[in-house]
Amino acid sequence: MMKNRQHIKWGFLFFFLPVVLWLFLLIVLPHLELLRLSFTKANTGKLTLDNYLAFFREPIYWLTFVRTAGYSILVTFLVMVISLPVSFYISKMVRGRMTGALMILILVPFWVSELIRVYGWMILLRESGILNHFLVTLGFFKEPVEMLYNDITMIMGLVYTSMLFMVVPVIGVMDDLDNSIIEAAYDLGASKIAIWRTIIIPHCASGLVNGGIIVFMLVLGSYLTPNLMGGKNSLWFTEQIYNQIILYFNWNQGAAFGFLLLALSSLIIWVLLKLTKQNLKEVVKK
Amino acid sequence: MIRSLPSSKRYRYGFTLFIILYFIFLFAPLVVTMILAFNDSMYPALPWQGFTLDWFFGKGPTKYGIFHDQTNLRSLFTSFKVAFSVMIVSTFLGTCAAFLFEQENFRFKGALYFLMIAPLVIPGVILGISILMFSNTIGLFIEDHLNIYVKFLGPGFPLVVLGQSSFISTIVALVVSARLKKFDRTLEEAAYNLGANKAEVLWFITLKYLRPSIIGGAAMAFLMSFENFNTTIFLVGSQATLPINMYMQVRDGSTPVINAISFLLILGTSIFAVINLSKGNKKIL
Repeated sequence: MMKNRQHIKWGFLFFFLPVVLWLFLLIVLPHLELLRLSFTKANTGKLTLDNYLAFFREPIYWLTFVRTAGYSILVTFLVMVISLPVSFYISKMVRGRMTGALMILILVPFWVSELIRVYGWMILLRESGILNHFLVTLGFFKEPVEMLYNDITMIMGLVYTSMLFMVVPVIGVMDDLDNSIIEAAYDLGASKIAIWRTIIIPHCASGLVNGGIIVFMLVLGSYLTPNLMGGKNSLWFTEQIYNQIILYFNWNQGAAFGFLLLALSSLIIWVLLKLTKQNLKEVVKK
Repeated sequence: MIRSLPSSKRYRYGFTLFIILYFIFLFAPLVVTMILAFNDSMYPALPWQGFTLDWFFGKGPTKYGIFHDQTNLRSLFTSFKVAFSVMIVSTFLGTCAAFLFEQENFRFKGALYFLMIAPLVIPGVILGISILMFSNTIGLFIEDHLNIYVKFLGPGFPLVVLGQSSFISTIVALVVSARLKKFDRTLEEAAYNLGANKAEVLWFITLKYLRPSIIGGAAMAFLMSFENFNTTIFLVGSQATLPINMYMQVRDGSTPVINAISFLLILGTSIFAVINLSKGNKKIL
């Protein structure tokens, strides 16, 4: 008996130690270091609030921050609006085999790296791009127009790159919706809008929130899409972090920015979870 | 509305049109990128100058195809090396975590589990900078007190592998946990009764049962590492991985050799995705 117990303990340690080392060395301690650096002055190690004060003093910093947050919320909302009908079509309107095929079609672009997808949009939309070529050849435009490097294109790009993270969980919950409920509502004379508003959307709320959390986090933290599609004026907060750390080598300022971004994403995710009375564990498991 | 209910023609056609447009939106950038890999032009743009394979096999001096482009080939090799290492590290860590959280009970289990899933909601940029800063601090500390310069604590290959594994391990853990949850533990008891020891049970029974999910998780880890940009950019030293290298070229303008690389990668990942999906591994996170 004694011997057996000893065995079990070794087995436990075999799983426990690597996991604890991973979580402490790569997650907990680095973030504590990030927090510490954000409160210290460069090269001296003295405690200071300057890094955070600089954020509020320089309008470009906090404006970028607010802009990034606002656009991330907007993108999340747009992705929700587009994902609902797409998921509905795939889950409820086509037949079994078609559902599987469309599902694969929808997932495949997700596996392709973000960089390639953004590059594809760049060669489509830029001044010498494909779309301009056709529009000029067909006579719609006299001269090519630069369609890249503006906010609308950047938002479209962000919607594009994060869409699948919404479609998949929403299809998941849509599949669970019993068709007979919709049929009953229809038989009782409910209009399409009423069916969407009172049955489908409330039923999909959990999927929308789960997708929303992932999409929001990805958009807020994305660098490639705003940088390449928004151009010089994209003003995304991750670019400020990149500039501080890589270009100006001001790690303390960068740490403060990083922490602000982390605080914002945690806050919004927390609010979304509270609003829908879920916890993170449930969301991740889906 | 749904299949079983009658709906007007206009509604049905309208909806179908919307879906067709959606799929065009989804695939247009990929298709265009792939087609332009074969255009005999110095720029990834129209007009069409004729079909060529130069962007794959060209030996120069004007057109260097991907198979003769040293910089891109080197970064491709680096990416393979990184992705392979990350796959090993995160499959090991993720599988350990799955066992730990599914089969063991200990104090602070809930708190530790929360820490494990946290990387999924921490932006990759933040993971990158925090690991960079932490390892730099340790490096400085060792240098100051022991007078040894530890190379691997500076940006470079080991740091990239660790940085990517910090969140990819979580994904493997979730994939493996999902299957481990369905495992019938009486099988283990039966094996113990038949005289197997703990290691044998683990190897012959449990791990064998988990094999599809471990392979699936490992494949996912490889791909995620191969494509990662946000975390890698802060940790990479002089050896750029493929996404970093491609980013520089895309930003500064490049020949269609980027399209050729993209063509190969899109083809590769699509085959990979279809195999993975047809095996029923629908979980994408």
